[in-house]
Amino acid sequence: MPAQTFTVNGEKVTVDAPDDLPLLWVLRDLLGIRGPKYGCGIDVCKACTSHLDGEAFNPCAVPVAEVAGREVTTIEGLADGDTLHPVQEAWLEQDVAQCGYCQAGQIMAAVALLKRTKNPTDAEIDAIANVCRCGTYFRIREAIKVAAARVG
Amino acid sequence: MAENAAVDRRTLLAYLVAAPTLTVAVRVGADTWAPEAAAATPEAPAATPAAAPAALPDLLPDLGDVLILAGAPTAHLLTLEIAEDGTVRFGLPRAEVGQGLTTAVAMLIAEELDAPLDRVRVRLDDARPELLFNQLTGSSNSVRSLHRPVRAAAAAARARLVATAARQWSLDAADLSTKGGAVHAPDGRTLSYARLTARAAAPRTEKAPEAPLKSAAEQRVVGRPTNRIDARAIVTGRQEYALDLDIPGAEPAVVRRPPTVNGTVEKVHNTADVRAMSGVLDVVEIPTGVAVVAKTFGQALAGQAALRVDWGAGTVDDLSHEDIKAKLRKAAPGFLPPLLVEHIDAEYDFAPVSHAPLETNSAVADVRADRATVWTAAQSPIAARAAVAKAVGLPAARVDFHVVQAGGSFGRRLFFDAAVEAAQVSKASGRPVRLMWTRVDDMRHGRMRPPTHHKLRVTHTRGKPLSLQHRVASVETDVGHGVGDAITAGLTELPGGNETLAQTMFRLSMRSPYALGATAQTLTELPLKLHTGSWRSVYSGTARAAEEMFLDEVAAELGADPVAFRRERLKNDAQRKVLDAATGDWGRELPAGYAQGVGFHEEYKSRAAFLVELDARDPKKPRVTRAVIAVDVGRAVNPRGVEAQMLGGLTDGIATALRAGLHFDKGLPLEGSYSQFHYARQKDSPTDVRVHIVESGDADAEPGGVGELGVPAAVAAVGNAYARATGTRPRSFPLHFDVDFEPFPR
Repeated sequence: MPAQTFTVNGEKVTVDAPDDLPLLWVLRDLLGIRGPKYGCGIDVCKACTSHLDGEAFNPCAVPVAEVAGREVTTIEGLADGDTLHPVQEAWLEQDVAQCGYCQAGQIMAAVALLKRTKNPTDAEIDAIANVCRCGTYFRIREAIKVAAARVG
Repeated sequence: MAENAAVDRRTLLAYLVAAPTLTVAVRVGADTWAPEAAAATPEAPAATPAAAPAALPDLLPDLGDVLILAGAPTAHLLTLEIAEDGTVRFGLPRAEVGQGLTTAVAMLIAEELDAPLDRVRVRLDDARPELLFNQLTGSSNSVRSLHRPVRAAAAAARARLVATAARQWSLDAADLSTKGGAVHAPDGRTLSYARLTARAAAPRTEKAPEAPLKSAAEQRVVGRPTNRIDARAIVTGRQEYALDLDIPGAEPAVVRRPPTVNGTVEKVHNTADVRAMSGVLDVVEIPTGVAVVAKTFGQALAGQAALRVDWGAGTVDDLSHEDIKAKLRKAAPGFLPPLLVEHIDAEYDFAPVSHAPLETNSAVADVRADRATVWTAAQSPIAARAAVAKAVGLPAARVDFHVVQAGGSFGRRLFFDAAVEAAQVSKASGRPVRLMWTRVDDMRHGRMRPPTHHKLRVTHTRGKPLSLQHRVASVETDVGHGVGDAITAGLTELPGGNETLAQTMFRLSMRSPYALGATAQTLTELPLKLHTGSWRSVYSGTARAAEEMFLDEVAAELGADPVAFRRERLKNDAQRKVLDAATGDWGRELPAGYAQGVGFHEEYKSRAAFLVELDARDPKKPRVTRAVIAVDVGRAVNPRGVEAQMLGGLTDGIATALRAGLHFDKGLPLEGSYSQFHYARQKDSPTDVRVHIVESGDADAEPGGVGELGVPAAVAAVGNAYARATGTRPRSFPLHFDVDFEPFPR
């Protein structure tokens, strides 16, 4: 079994896994990093949204071999110790979550959006396609705006 | 604590339980918190007299009342404990599925105990068979059923802590106060609960002295908008769902399922080949399919896809969407032409809808020769435990069933198929497993809200409505998950007759908030063996939505404004207050192609009105742009949580009215993921939402139900806005329901 080496949440890891194993399962089942969730396995629900070299991506649809030598950040790696990222803080203030299952992905998508554009328009927020089955979209939108105002 | 004669002070018996630290168990009787239901008689199914007194509906029991009564005799088993670190621990015999119950319960405890909210820990109880019917999460009744026992336990604990401090200080208990998790003496001395709890512990179990509950005016935590107690865990990715639990040795498992619903395994052709695949540990047959156990889910999924299986027939292989629709239309009896009066008729159809919680159906199980342990999200854990025991051939007493917080439910976790399958696979494979349904299976082989057809008629003379008749035909809703037993138990005190459980549920949940003359709502069920189930709002989600859309048609026919027409016919001021609070902007000018729509719904002793504004400039791509929601839930324990539930109801309304449904095709839904089942996304969601929590004006109002309340009004508001924006009358929902995708292979 090939050894796969990449960085996750700032730490270099090496795991034995077939090249085509989706990264989501390497994270969840081999590394015990379970913040990214399974919701579809085909990059449509976006529950597993994480960052690859700082950009949003969905590990359920990326083979582990593709991230060799690259930097993966999951929800667990977003805060700086006990200091939450401003987007996480905004999520708390707006009390966004209901069941919470999609929210790690929503937060990672929002962080990536705010990296690209400091003050996103409603249309740019609309482009976040992450499914929230509890229907918290309005609070997500408000939280992104609060975070944007603070970060910007 | 001030006495308030207006508050119901009927005895709430609590017990001090022998334990090393202060532990209180609550004992309350059935008549303590649902007195009106115990005395009342259910509404006759056929007709409500046109001149019914306005207050009548409030006296009638609803489904929540019946389930509350069923749970009443065993509610005394709730226990609250104060640990030596000062944390307050409470075991909640309910599910947390995102509805915010753990937060509401923690608030009730913090309030009555004068403890800081962040010191209260609410854990979900394991299946506790001794609770009989009091461990069922449904009918939006959890806060309704638990608030009094929970408060009584906390009040008894507080009184005991005060008495203990008084003894220690040789002061009169009446001179002491409590705040911030400590008892305070007038001279400034304090004793924290942490320091008091061991001394306050009862040496033997005994009745606790009566402890009054705070009145609404005295409450400082309850009624204040409060953020979820688990929010930090969620935003940091630490909140654990079933498959996130670290159960030693539990290996991933996925099931290959038949090409049609309820199909059977005939022959597996390549078991050995699949066993030899990378990471695969085992391939085992279970009644619902063939399971692959592997080192990772990725490898289990690859193995599952590689299996070659011959399948036996399912239960509805010949059925497709249009057949079911036609059968339903036929099943709902038509109306005869009325004599001497005029009438307005309309029909509506609703497609089946997947529950589609984001966490797919999943469970962890460890089955050994003499015992089994299961971890899963469950609304009905006692029935689930019994089913697991039966499936693996163990006595129920040998099964430990742990309830885990759910990644959404909407009614789905009333069913425990994943727990049963996980146990079967664990037994067959001889190892603990983490079993996960794929999204495709979750949509195709999971549960769905049954499709329905609705025939409605209003008769009138000279614009005055004389009667409302509503005939619902629905594919049978499967209630075989413990709810049925609870209803039966709850109805032993009530004249239930010999009707089926579904009929009883329908009758208990359906009620028109309007005085429209003689009102009759009937249900005809079609016994098709689809995997149906209660979906948030159950019958009301379609039936009351249909009535609310029909009301717009009736108003238009009679030349009336839809809001004015509703206002005139609502039965009481509490209802009108809510309608008014949502419709302040009714009729405001909007650009061409936009329109407003309203919907109203009353159930679970609560009421809500939704006003939405919808952009239908492109009628094929309607978008709700704004929503104003008003809601009266009696005493709102957590207004912020109430708002969240209204937001969820709004999104469900948008999704199910406009685009989200399942096409049943030759025995299987075509939709297999969110790219095909079009649940609303951010782009479908309004950019402006306001939620007004309307105070009923009754200072000592009881909390009403919240979780399911919003859906019917939201669906109707969206449908009505679309009708007004486009000048059409949508009849079939969801409105835009093309098969706009290539279905996955079966």
